[in-house]
Amino acid sequence: MNPPNWLRAIGRVSLWVWAVLGLLFLFTPILVTVIFSFNEPTGKYNYIWNKFSLSGWTDPFRYPELTDALIFSLKIAVVVTAIATVLGTLMGLAMVKYKFRAKGMIGAILILPLTMPEIVLGFSLLTLFVSINWSRGFITIVIAQVMFSVSYVATTVRARIRGFDWRLEEASLDLGASSFRTFRKITLPLIAPGVVAAAMLTFALSLDDFIITYLNSGLDNTFPIQIWNMKRSKVPVQINVFSTALLIISVILAITVVVGGNRRTRKLAGLTADSGASVSS
Amino acid sequence: MTAAAAPSRFRRPRRENGGDDSGVSARRWFTPWLLIAPGGLWLLIFFVFPLFSLGRLSLQDGGLSNYSTVISDNSTVIIRTFVYATISTLAAIIIGYPLAYVIATKGGKYKNLFLALVILPFFVTYLVRTLSWKILLFDNGPVVGILQSVGILNDSQGILGSPFAVVAALTYNFLPFMVLPIYVSLEKLDHRLLDAAADLYSSPARAFRKITLRLSLPGLFAGTLLTFIPAAGDFVNSELLGSDRTVMIGQIIEKNFGKEFFRPELSALSFMLMAMILVGVIVYARLLGTEEIA
Repeated sequence: MNPPNWLRAIGRVSLWVWAVLGLLFLFTPILVTVIFSFNEPTGKYNYIWNKFSLSGWTDPFRYPELTDALIFSLKIAVVVTAIATVLGTLMGLAMVKYKFRAKGMIGAILILPLTMPEIVLGFSLLTLFVSINWSRGFITIVIAQVMFSVSYVATTVRARIRGFDWRLEEASLDLGASSFRTFRKITLPLIAPGVVAAAMLTFALSLDDFIITYLNSGLDNTFPIQIWNMKRSKVPVQINVFSTALLIISVILAITVVVGGNRRTRKLAGLTADSGASVSS
Repeated sequence: MTAAAAPSRFRRPRRENGGDDSGVSARRWFTPWLLIAPGGLWLLIFFVFPLFSLGRLSLQDGGLSNYSTVISDNSTVIIRTFVYATISTLAAIIIGYPLAYVIATKGGKYKNLFLALVILPFFVTYLVRTLSWKILLFDNGPVVGILQSVGILNDSQGILGSPFAVVAALTYNFLPFMVLPIYVSLEKLDHRLLDAAADLYSSPARAFRKITLRLSLPGLFAGTLLTFIPAAGDFVNSELLGSDRTVMIGQIIEKNFGKEFFRPELSALSFMLMAMILVGVIVYARLLGTEEIA
């Protein structure tokens, strides 16, 4: 009934080979992005490798419209992260800690934006803004991005704080702590790793988003929109330089937060019955 | 629902409720609503309401005939969109499932490194990732070179502009959304079940089918949705890597959203895209029998 050992060995090896090929598939375009930040393209389009050069890195701000767009994107990301993290965390807390009427419906409304094509979300929001004659720009972009980010934050926070022992809060209140002190000393440390993870996710999603943002941006350009608008006239190496720089910063930041978060969680592990309850980071 | 059935329980003093481990504290009934209100209102105003008004707009002027006009005008594009999205989802399963399986069950101490590599593409903007695909698939680029030397392509043939380029990039862009949910469901798998199956003389293949695959169906389901839905609504990949032969529904919306007069038809098109995806999701859920599992 069992296949012979040599067959199983072949199976195991080919499974690994296939998985490594899959990782390469995911990894190669990122590598290309980094490598092509060192290219010196022959024309206006950075599509074909010509020769190694540091010109992009020594002159990163050569195209002010691209630099401005990146700064604009970062501003949007900060505002969106702040708003969405607060709103989403509150919703996630309510979904985990309380039972209430219409909880199922709220849960459905939270999940629905994640299961809808971006173009439909963006276009329907645009028709709202057009119908009330609201000109598009910074504010409409923030509104659009917070709209889908709230769902991500609530879902992430909900998944990571499920199974916590909330009686700790009651113990704290019973022992005479004020509710503010209880929130600061018990609730906040408990939910912090989940909230930080959700905030990072939101920041990344905000920088990454193109379709919804594009439909609701008006004349304001985020980094992706600027690239989209430039693509017919030029694709400069600075796009790759900025992307590589952002990649390096995000990787460093992610490692710091994950490592720091793990240490924090371990410290709290003694306090809680089930501190793990999460796989993603 | 329990809260609705026995509201009086929640007005009891805190102390008496101490032994309740349901995660429900003795608070006033409106506390959860205070927490929900800000985000909930945001979603209601900027998500639920616009969807309704989009639906209403799609029926303006011509009523239901807007839909038949849009469908007959764009039938090729609609079919093409769903074919591309289906193929790239299947490709994502074929590449993603074994990858998630290896990471979850054989990753060992490299598990986190592998996961980081899966998430890494998210740290480079979507548009730039897709531009990198353009570099990879460019005429005289590495992929074309390899395929030409193997003899799959003629020396004069390229890849850019072909359906293959669009589907490959769609697969790539949404692959992490396939891998992560499958990984999460496989990670939770109790390995003693597999030991038990082996003890009871099940072949590894049968144990995989009856236990591993079955228990990972929720992850597979989530991954399929998270891949298929954005792929069906996408216009970036086809615009950057495709040609006139690869136009997708998203591109038609993208090309026309600035033109006021086209709105009812355009709303009908986007509403139809959403409806078709919803129907697809329901059929798929039935086929997979996910309701029983999840």
